[in-house]
Amino acid sequence: MAKDKSKKLKPAKTKQESLLHHVRKEWKLYTFLILPILYYVIFKYVPVIGNIIAFRRYKGGPNILGQDWVGFRYFEQFLKDTNFWNAFWNTLRLSIGYLLVRFPATLIFALLINEIRKTWWKKTVQTISYLPHFISLVVVCGMVKEVLSSTGPVNSLLSSFGMEKIAFMSEPGWFDFIYIASGIWQALGWGTILYLTAMTNINTELYEAAGIDGAGKFKQAIHVTIPGILPTIMTLLIMDIGNIITASNMQKILLLYNPMTQSKADIIDTLVYRMGIAGGNFSYAAAVGLFSAVIGLVLVTTANTLSKKFTETSLW
Amino acid sequence: MHIKASKGYNVFRIINTIVMILVVFITLYPFIYLIAQSFSSDVAVAAGKVTFFPVDFTTATYKYLLKDNKFFRYYGNTILYSALGTVLSVAFTALLAYPLSKEKLRLNKFFTPFVVFTMYFTGGLIPNYILVTQWLHMGNTIWAVVLPGAISTFNLLLMKSFFAGLPETLEEAASIDGLGVYGIFLKIVLPLSKPIIATMSLFYLVGMWNEWFGPFLYLDDDALKPIALWVRQLVEGANSVDVGSTAEASSVQATLKSATMVLTSLPIICVYPFVQKYFVQGMTMGAVKG
Repeated sequence: MAKDKSKKLKPAKTKQESLLHHVRKEWKLYTFLILPILYYVIFKYVPVIGNIIAFRRYKGGPNILGQDWVGFRYFEQFLKDTNFWNAFWNTLRLSIGYLLVRFPATLIFALLINEIRKTWWKKTVQTISYLPHFISLVVVCGMVKEVLSSTGPVNSLLSSFGMEKIAFMSEPGWFDFIYIASGIWQALGWGTILYLTAMTNINTELYEAAGIDGAGKFKQAIHVTIPGILPTIMTLLIMDIGNIITASNMQKILLLYNPMTQSKADIIDTLVYRMGIAGGNFSYAAAVGLFSAVIGLVLVTTANTLSKKFTETSLW
Repeated sequence: MHIKASKGYNVFRIINTIVMILVVFITLYPFIYLIAQSFSSDVAVAAGKVTFFPVDFTTATYKYLLKDNKFFRYYGNTILYSALGTVLSVAFTALLAYPLSKEKLRLNKFFTPFVVFTMYFTGGLIPNYILVTQWLHMGNTIWAVVLPGAISTFNLLLMKSFFAGLPETLEEAASIDGLGVYGIFLKIVLPLSKPIIATMSLFYLVGMWNEWFGPFLYLDDDALKPIALWVRQLVEGANSVDVGSTAEASSVQATLKSATMVLTSLPIICVYPFVQKYFVQGMTMGAVKG
């Protein structure tokens, strides 16, 4: 027994102990896992397996794995469907457009916040700009509709300048703007947190040295702040690119779009919702969903590999 | 740092202040607008007269809401779902995070990737929907709201890294004192983990309070709906018939939306300034630990 105790001190040696013996010894700790792992199996893995209905005919009912094999029939169907391609391009356009605006806007906003000298004002700006992140999406979209309604303040402002009122919510041409602007409203402040944290970690001596060398505040931002937070910028950028398909905000679009704007607003996930849950074409919708999930996985994996290579940070 | 600021920098600081004031204004304006609407007369709102301040100030809309049984039922449902969902989620997350944080557990080599994988590949909407409605038969029950999203893997990893950072010596000492595995967890680990438990509770609580999509998918029964779903119906105008069924109700039709939105967001707006730091900490912790 004394020998056993000395072994405990060297964890490398415990590897030699058999797995069965290990589980027997630590079984009490393993019991913690039972319920949560059961949760993961049922609510996370059963749906993964449930994707099998993309290859099988499923018309509803408790036989959740479907009736019979149909191969890639549903995939062939949606690849020939113009609605799918419309949704596909809308997804790309909306996600990329949003990223192209949000990414630089967040970075610039963080740099500007960092230049605020009065602590109370800085805290106030931060607290207020983070707030929309915590508001229910339903309320956010309700606000969008209220503010942009025909009797709302934006249209009042337009007509007070003698301009014509705009039916924002029913004109497809305005959807991109509404989607991106409301996203910025919600995410701008919250998105600065990681940058601001990275900025506080920059050595102040670097700024002093740059100041002595004659660099003004603007040059200091370019030559000290930005290089200091470059790893954060790169990581966030790569992750955002990786998430471009999966992060498309279905819930927001479901709340904002309507039959009039659908041509510009329908994305893959909303198509899946409409076809599957509203329309009952479960197998077809599952095939579309699986397709986009696989693309999403490939993108995230690629992004992560790139991140590992260039910034030495990765998600796994 | 004490070098005299250049003229250009002073100009920049003025511009910066103006930009910040603009951001603050744009962020707050929709709230101001909703509040102003909710205290205005229905006629003024319908005519689009309200911009900043209430027009024909009245509390009629709120009086109506406070008498409305339906409103209380939906609000009560939200409170119930948030409370139950938070307790369940925090308990499940802690139960899983604790063993996963133990390096000595060799099966974690399997369980950790098993759990992390679900962050990158999910079953998707349709299989989830079929699972909940057709297989588990949870449609129109509270479980369809609180169970499917019970553990957020992101939160789980945060909690796991917190547990991993607790000093091992305390647990060893407790073990020598005769406490078993469960005793150590309940009497040593949990009391030490109050900060992370608070953070997790807030994360789940806000998520649950704002949740509408799960209820939207799974709850047809009006009596079970949370307030967020009711807000959606008001905004979509789907229930205008329902709302306008009495003379009193139709007199607040245009202001009802904004008042309901204000009351839905009120708890969050009131509590948020005091708990903001926990959210920020959670966010930065997540980034560091990945």
